[in-house]
Amino acid sequence: MSVADLIPVHLLTGFLGSGKTTLLQRLLRSPAMANTAVLINEFGEVALDHLLIGWIDATTVVLESGCICCTVRSDVSASLRELYSKAERGLCRRFDRTVIETTGLADPAPIIYTLMTDPVIRHHFRLSSVIATVDAVNGARQFAENRESVKQAAVADRLVLTKTDLATPQAVETMHARLAAFNPSAQVVDANNDAIGPDLLLGHDLYDPGQRTAEARAWLDEERGPHAHQHSELGRHAADIMSFHLVFENPLDWTAFGIWLTMLLNRHGERVLRIKGILNVAGSQTPLCVNGVQHLVHPPYHLERWPTSNRQSRLVFIVRDMDPAVIKRSLHAFNRLSAPADAASGRGVRAASTTAMQ
Amino acid sequence: MCALCGLFEGEIHWTDSANVEQVPLRQARLRRVALANRVLQHYRLSLSDWQGSKYVLSAATGATEIVDNVAALWPAAERLLGRPCDPLDGALMDALERN
Repeated sequence: MSVADLIPVHLLTGFLGSGKTTLLQRLLRSPAMANTAVLINEFGEVALDHLLIGWIDATTVVLESGCICCTVRSDVSASLRELYSKAERGLCRRFDRTVIETTGLADPAPIIYTLMTDPVIRHHFRLSSVIATVDAVNGARQFAENRESVKQAAVADRLVLTKTDLATPQAVETMHARLAAFNPSAQVVDANNDAIGPDLLLGHDLYDPGQRTAEARAWLDEERGPHAHQHSELGRHAADIMSFHLVFENPLDWTAFGIWLTMLLNRHGERVLRIKGILNVAGSQTPLCVNGVQHLVHPPYHLERWPTSNRQSRLVFIVRDMDPAVIKRSLHAFNRLSAPADAASGRGVRAASTTAMQ
Repeated sequence: MCALCGLFEGEIHWTDSANVEQVPLRQARLRRVALANRVLQHYRLSLSDWQGSKYVLSAATGATEIVDNVAALWPAAERLLGRPCDPLDGALMDALERN
């Protein structure tokens, strides 16, 4: 069974009162969501009678590492196992997609860790995307007061700006720009946009061969770079967070890159909130996509073609309290591990843009 | 099992899964060992392939650890050394750049 055959799981996160349930309710009205299983861990007001529902109790098991991002959410694991078992035994309708709505105070990293490492779950499910709601009215205050809200925005693949009808156009524009600068690889959408539906939020699947090229292109939207420099304030909990790009002119050595990234994440994984990128690797005609959240790295995959005419490797980082120049130098040095003939490839690395969160 | 190498496929780590060079598994493993050793020599550690399924990490003292993949290598190296292995350490980067 290939990764594409596994049941996609979409993680819906966002701070308390930011509109997760409202968004879910809206999505579930669509006929396209008919075969969707929904797991929620807050008692919402969504009418879900016609859908599959699992209930999650707040239980966590901390592994030996003690790192919060490497915590198994046994509640999530048990609920997904039960849902899958019921569907297999014909006790409920089969489902082809799952949405997990987290609590507003949840750090999404343990749920991501569970989906990617639980030995049963990862053979039946795959993390497809993380969607975070951000309140256009109260979002700035939430970012300032709550570290989890910053984390939720950092790991998201889609950022949905909610309550834009209650905020001034200037406030909406400012928050939009700050989010785009904070997480440059995520698409920021307005919840008041009529076009928001399952296709926009859930349809862009990294593991769907027909969609991954477009999704990868969205990661590397080069027009966001200069814009990001202008608006980068997300409050004191984001004050030490930076997003930046590294660009490589020449092909990278994949083996050396793997050695470097595993070493970096082992020592600094808690501070590497997100890494995404398209790599031009030596020996391959097609680009390779990497996608990681803290200590976790999704299985890399090849795109069928380059999303644009640009053949440079581009990596987007969101890090906490780390120096981009040192990361750049380190990756440069490791890229020289490859054979002498390839060593010159390291000379092509440069930092394209750096966005401090203050 | 890989028909060419005679290796059983175990848990596939993300660093193994891309196989961008389209080479046999054993060849890819040996290249990974060679490149990792260029980093590990800074710490006086060495890595070797074990039966195409594990790696053996050895310290100058003779202490060894068996690891499954390159991600497991670094925590094991830190246990053997009793100190961090940091890719952002200036001394390590200096050494790699000299080489």
